[in-house]
Amino acid sequence: MSNRRNFLKGVVAAGGAAVAASAVPMAAEARETKQRPPEALGLLYDATLCVGCKACVAACKQVNENPAEFSTLDQLWDTPLDTSGKTFNLIKMYRSGTMETKDAEENGYAFMKTSCMHCADPSCVSACPVSAMVKNPENGIVEYNADACIGCRYCVAACPFGIPKYQYDSPTGKIAKCELCRHRTKDGHYSACAEVCPTGATLYGKTSDLLAEAKRRLALKPGTFATFPRGKLGGPDQSYENVVGNYQQRVYGESEYGGTQVLKLSGVPFEKVGMPNLPPEAAAAHSESIQHMLYGGLAMPLAVLGAMTFVARRNVKPDEHDGDEPKGEN
Amino acid sequence: MAGNHHPHEAPAPVGGNLFNGATLVCGVLIAIMIAILAVRFVFGLGAVTNLNDGYPWGIWIVVDVVIGSAFACGGFSVAMLVYIFNKGEYHPLVRPALLASLFGYTLAGIGVIFDLGRWWNFWHIFTPGYANPNSVMFEVAVCISAYIVVMWLEFSPAFFEKWGMKDAKRKLNKVLFFLVALGTVLPMMHQSSLGTMIVVMGVQVNPLWQTKLIPLHFLLTAIILGYGVVLFESCVAASAYRRRIEMHLLEPLAKIMLGILAVFIVVRFGDLLVRGALPLAFQPKVAALAFWIETLAFLAPFAIIGSPSARRNPAKLFLAGVAIMFAGVMLRFNAFLIGYDTGTGVDPGWNYFPSVPELMVTVGMFAIEVLGYIIITRRFPVLPREAVQAAH
Repeated sequence: MSNRRNFLKGVVAAGGAAVAASAVPMAAEARETKQRPPEALGLLYDATLCVGCKACVAACKQVNENPAEFSTLDQLWDTPLDTSGKTFNLIKMYRSGTMETKDAEENGYAFMKTSCMHCADPSCVSACPVSAMVKNPENGIVEYNADACIGCRYCVAACPFGIPKYQYDSPTGKIAKCELCRHRTKDGHYSACAEVCPTGATLYGKTSDLLAEAKRRLALKPGTFATFPRGKLGGPDQSYENVVGNYQQRVYGESEYGGTQVLKLSGVPFEKVGMPNLPPEAAAAHSESIQHMLYGGLAMPLAVLGAMTFVARRNVKPDEHDGDEPKGEN
Repeated sequence: MAGNHHPHEAPAPVGGNLFNGATLVCGVLIAIMIAILAVRFVFGLGAVTNLNDGYPWGIWIVVDVVIGSAFACGGFSVAMLVYIFNKGEYHPLVRPALLASLFGYTLAGIGVIFDLGRWWNFWHIFTPGYANPNSVMFEVAVCISAYIVVMWLEFSPAFFEKWGMKDAKRKLNKVLFFLVALGTVLPMMHQSSLGTMIVVMGVQVNPLWQTKLIPLHFLLTAIILGYGVVLFESCVAASAYRRRIEMHLLEPLAKIMLGILAVFIVVRFGDLLVRGALPLAFQPKVAALAFWIETLAFLAPFAIIGSPSARRNPAKLFLAGVAIMFAGVMLRFNAFLIGYDTGTGVDPGWNYFPSVPELMVTVGMFAIEVLGYIIITRRFPVLPREAVQAAH
């Protein structure tokens, strides 16, 4: 059998494998973007109701037993500038020009809550190699388990909202993020940020109910008075009268990356208050589509391995020379 | 059964003294690395690195693992040429290339541990119940680990020969073809997956690199890098050990490299054009500049060794090898760091540049590779036997 023929066989086998490997990501069936579970729990944050009191930031610190963080010279009180390994929830401020009017894009100011969005199809869950970040199948809360975590920080890199954070200052650092106060539900509590919010800017409830509530607000006439619930949607009535804000006609989180369980309303365009523009297809779906097409059932690797084994079997002529045999040929 | 019976020199130890300037420098660099790592493990990642939540992965991941393992593709690229394409004449290149790969991958595997924030749990990644098969990192971790084992087995004849373990060698030889097959499939899997790792980062990665074809880009460039590293390493080993350069092998190897490189360039630009991402390369931004540096480095070998006469010039082969290694570095740097921006956080955004201790750990890892290569080639049969040996 000639060398050339063997070479050509190798070319055919390896070429076939390469073509299969490259063509498949575009061909085979894709992993669809996941949707929220029907009983999904979440928050509705309405920036037009927020007065920037940061009671939610303090309450979050307290119930998660996180220490204060300082960004000023006189370390008088908790002043984190972003969510971190010790801050799971933060109210950030938007400033423009003279800052005269609340919720105005020009010469105005506005607030925005930063905390885990509890995505329908979370990138962090898809990224995590050890199932330390999982999505609860019933309520959809994205839960973190430090005992499983290897600290690779792929979740930190993957999240488009910059939410999972790592504790770099500790030799046993954990990933840190909002888990919607799931550790407090057994005591009859819900998310502390919503519990303490005096204006109902942060509202807790089933995401489907929160979405309906958000759409009700978008349909109201700006400047008129309307009733706004506080605390927990479907809980004890804590509603009150307030002025309807001048909303952007968009519920942030309705469809981003397949939707999130935390929804947001704002008077200022969302991209100006730190909320990224995301397509309706989740990055996790793209990633897992590629992953499953290449490795689903190990079909392709085994096929390529079979081809390679077949060719290698013919071509591998092990070296017979030993250290003490000066034969020098194989 | 002609097979690949090409007459060539059997591998033999180079011999010579293990204590010299090069090994001493390596030793010092390794000692510095160990000291820094001690601080890292006692006080945490923040004590020695500039990592932050905007750039949770720094050079320990991107250089030591992503680039380090791609540099270590020489073994895979050459083995594929020899055993799959039956180009037996390249056989003398297999062992040296495999040795470099062995070190590159083993250290990449160890380097991951330095970067893991909760390293004592690392075994979870291989444990059913914890392991998440949807995670690209899971695939990379399992595949790289398996490949490290396969490579040590592939390389073990060098040890068996040294220690006269003929029986062990004979047994291994019977399954060598399967190890060789595994040794080509596993790198194809994880080198492509190293690219897929950025897909889940979604909009945070610049569209110049964020593409569903990124696994193909990483796979093709890993193969090309494998040949580039062989060009580089053959020239360096020849000059360091004052041996003759295997020009009769490197010349055609360079031609093969150019062929695959041409395929990559077509795929790369075809993808950019189809997705309409190319205009991003003409914006006055750092990412665009980095893209062109990467692209020019990938094109450089055509200018350096495009002509047959240039391919007969060892200095030019060396330069082309360096260019392609640099290009591979840039593609990986760009995809993971320069093209990555969370777009969230506090104004003016996140910054990352590796700290000196961080750099010294990467340098120390490189020193281990060089030191290991010197020790093993001097004491074990790796490089082809030469008439005059152990000039040093």
